[in-house]
Amino acid sequence: MKTVTCPECEAQIELAAGVEVGEILVCSDCGVDLEVTALEPATVQLAPMEQEDWGE
Amino acid sequence: MQPRLKIGVLYSRVRVEEKWIFGALEKRGIEYDRLDDRAIYFDLNNPKPWQTYDAVLERSISYNSGLYALRLLNAFGVPTVNTAAVAEICGDKLMTSAALARDGVPQPHNATAFTPEAALEAIEAFGYPVVLKPVVGSWGRLLAKINDRDAAEAVLEHKSTLGSALHSVFYIQEYIEKPGRDIRAIVIGDKVLTAMYRKSEHWITNTARGGEGELCPITPEIEELCLRAANSVGGGVLAVDLVEHPEKGLMVNEINHTMEFHTMQPVSGIDIAGEIVEYVMSVAKEKVEA
Repeated sequence: MKTVTCPECEAQIELAAGVEVGEILVCSDCGVDLEVTALEPATVQLAPMEQEDWGE
Repeated sequence: MQPRLKIGVLYSRVRVEEKWIFGALEKRGIEYDRLDDRAIYFDLNNPKPWQTYDAVLERSISYNSGLYALRLLNAFGVPTVNTAAVAEICGDKLMTSAALARDGVPQPHNATAFTPEAALEAIEAFGYPVVLKPVVGSWGRLLAKINDRDAAEAVLEHKSTLGSALHSVFYIQEYIEKPGRDIRAIVIGDKVLTAMYRKSEHWITNTARGGEGELCPITPEIEELCLRAANSVGGGVLAVDLVEHPEKGLMVNEINHTMEFHTMQPVSGIDIAGEIVEYVMSVAKEKVEA
């Protein structure tokens, strides 16, 4: 099980099996959006904030 | 022997929809590249790397990034899903309305003005309540239900002062007393795959704003309207949003060209991601065989 540290609140977050680079997680402690930027080693960064032209 | 087709998937982040799409490509043994729209760039003097793709599926979360990528890819002769022409129409509510009006597809009454003064005049002609929407926007953002003249004056001033220039294209739409829901239908090519009610107590029913999904039977009327709407904007992989007007009946509210379906896939039980991949492969084969 891969574990990462939330850059915002330093909570330890376990990554689910099958997680992919580019996925967004929510920190269960502080609620911030994190993006998985690498798997070896497992790395997360604060996800980009929603822009005005985002959507479907 | 048929050459092996190569697909590109342009994306911004791996949402559950992208995971499903990647899974569907891998399950079919299709050669594909993941193209992060934040990492790639287009050199107009060197289109060759892009021309190795037999089709590119656009799944950008950014309308602008996705649209410009599609324009360049189509200019390079690379088939895309959807095409730039479809994205241009669907991504802009006014362009969508113009296409629907041209083809006589039922839609809510709407008007457009370019100054707060002219917009106020149009709003007063509509009567209250009325709805203001940005021409480019998604996920139910920045919609305003205007209940009286005071609110109209305030919102128009705020949009023209605080917004970008595009917010001074005032898109005014009649307010529709919906039956606590609207309808989203997935149309791929000439098939209406599935439809869902999006239920909400609030007048904004987007699931991004808390609307809940429930399967909606595809009646002949829903099917016909969805296909007419899809045809009007150029067709492809589309999410058609319908609204039930209490007097005028079913009408098309808007059409989305890079649809999310994380609610619709489980609610419907249909492999929407798989259907998208099949459609992309048919587009790729058409180009190769042409």
